[in-house]
Amino acid sequence: MRYHARKLLRLHLAPWRMATVAGLVLAGLVVVTGRAFYLQGLHTDFLQGKGDAVATRNLTLQATRGTVSDRNGEPLAISTPVESLWARPEELKLQNGQLVHLAKILNVTPGALAMRLQEKDSGEISLMRPLTPDQAAKIAAMGIPGLYLQREFRRYYPAAALAAHVVGFTDVDDRGREGVERAYQDWLAGKAGERHVLRDRRGNLVRDIAPVKMAQMGGNLALSLDMKIQYLAHRELEKAVLENKAKAGGIVVIDAKSGEILALTNLPVFNPNNRRDYDPQTARNRAVIDAFEPGSTMKPFTAAAVLERGLFTPQSVIDTAELVVGNKRVRDEHPHPRLTVTEIIQKSSNIGAVKLAMTLPPQAFWDTLHRAGFGEKPGSGFPGETAGRLRDWRSWKPVEQATMAYGHGVSVSLLQLARAYMAFANDGEVMPLSFLRREPQEVVGERVFSPAVARAVRSMMETVTQDGGTATRAQIPGYRVAGKTGTAHKLIDGHYSPDRYIASFVGMAPASDPRFIVAVMIDEPSAGAYFGGSVAGPVFSQVMAGVLRQYGVPPDAPVETTRLTESPVIVRPRGRS
Amino acid sequence: MSRLNAFLALVLIGCALAVVNAQHRARMAFVELERLKHEARALDEQWGQLRLEQSTWANHARVEVLARTQLGLITPSFDRIRIETLPPAP
Repeated sequence: MRYHARKLLRLHLAPWRMATVAGLVLAGLVVVTGRAFYLQGLHTDFLQGKGDAVATRNLTLQATRGTVSDRNGEPLAISTPVESLWARPEELKLQNGQLVHLAKILNVTPGALAMRLQEKDSGEISLMRPLTPDQAAKIAAMGIPGLYLQREFRRYYPAAALAAHVVGFTDVDDRGREGVERAYQDWLAGKAGERHVLRDRRGNLVRDIAPVKMAQMGGNLALSLDMKIQYLAHRELEKAVLENKAKAGGIVVIDAKSGEILALTNLPVFNPNNRRDYDPQTARNRAVIDAFEPGSTMKPFTAAAVLERGLFTPQSVIDTAELVVGNKRVRDEHPHPRLTVTEIIQKSSNIGAVKLAMTLPPQAFWDTLHRAGFGEKPGSGFPGETAGRLRDWRSWKPVEQATMAYGHGVSVSLLQLARAYMAFANDGEVMPLSFLRREPQEVVGERVFSPAVARAVRSMMETVTQDGGTATRAQIPGYRVAGKTGTAHKLIDGHYSPDRYIASFVGMAPASDPRFIVAVMIDEPSAGAYFGGSVAGPVFSQVMAGVLRQYGVPPDAPVETTRLTESPVIVRPRGRS
Repeated sequence: MSRLNAFLALVLIGCALAVVNAQHRARMAFVELERLKHEARALDEQWGQLRLEQSTWANHARVEVLARTQLGLITPSFDRIRIETLPPAP
């Protein structure tokens, strides 16, 4: 049993050999331990990072930009993913016939495509953006090495030019540049989220390592616009601008009870889907950001100012034969020797309006105009809206107070003018304007005139569309209409142009309890007619009739005024129906 | 004592296998979840495209042209509209 004790089996080893072997083993152990300590203890962060780089990924969760729609949910701006085609020429390997096939899919000539692919010096070239989903699927099926599809979001505006000025557009980085897109950028954009995930060898996600930071999707917006009304307004405005060979035009439709803007459009206009021939001038939302001298559409405010102070009644008679203020002669297009206050509005007499205004101290007149919102931003929240111009009363000269009475020497935007007319429509209260749809809730208005004054001015304005008024062409059968025409000489380089005008009409219906306000402005009508009543009046009547029908407003006119003529024979156009 | 040990060892092995199984199932479920999320997103995008398409077809200008040319519809002029006032319901 005790082998080492036996003489034959005893090892004759020198003791140093044992020590050497033990020493080597020990040294090896120390090296391994040291290395392990170095890797695990000192170098661990680096190695952990390397390992994570292989197996884990940080994914950004893209936030889709919210949809903008009209009040009935009709889409006005939608972000949708599109594929774009890129090529890396060094990696590109095209087999026979593939070039021709590819060119056919992309709808270009093979020669042109080959030329593009020859540009060797650039690392990556963009071949086509965006592709249609069909094109993308076909190219992906071809599987050509060196061609890449990249996904990106593109903003589409299905209503195109129709709502372009209100909706605005985004730039290449998907940030709002104009209009609602800009005003509500933060709400629409949302916030990108992040998740940290573990992947397996094939790239499948295995699990989340850290809690997911969810992407905050962009919020959707429902505008106050009603696309049916917007289309109608745009169509009628376009017709009027063409017929009158005008330079530009604008139209605003407001719900007088809630302050919502149901339609707002201008001409000229642009197509936000096609930015190639984009001209900043056509992108101007003139109705909101440009001010003009309103002309006679100002007169109802002059009348309200004097009625308010009890200086006149609608039946007071004014001598309107002739008038000189300072060294300026005030002229009327159709002179009348004397008119009542109502007739001054009906026939749009400048002399009458000036005579009314001159009975007021400047501060009182300014106060009325200021309360109606002139010289103040209308507060719609639209980027860049103008406040117009209403100078401080302390700097007024008498002649300025006189011209202001008929809307010169003061400037407003069309939206501002429509907003101010809300005071007459709403028995003296102005509702805050809104480009967003309001829930049917109590909107708190701002009192501008007393109900009695507002009603009195409204019934004066009703005579404008009746026989003897300046805007008989603004009548709507079945409804009572109140409104006021405006024909202003254009201010060009500080001088009034003798033959360039801005024709306007602002009106409301049904006059017994107005629900809608339509304001029309036609810039430089040059086909003969230039009076607000004959140029802007018919647009008002067409649009307002459509709005009233669309919203099912019961007629308020006495029955006998509605006319019925023999219906002509209608020839049905031949169609496939 | 050794019997108990053997029993516990068996339980341990059983638990270990259950963990493996659960982990596997969790991963499968996770993969499925990811796939479905992807699908949801794709459907969402498709919905957006369909809305775009719908609004192209329902474009007001197009509808008007079709109504006028194919169906022969017209907007009655003001003088051809008669407004009837119904007596209030009894």
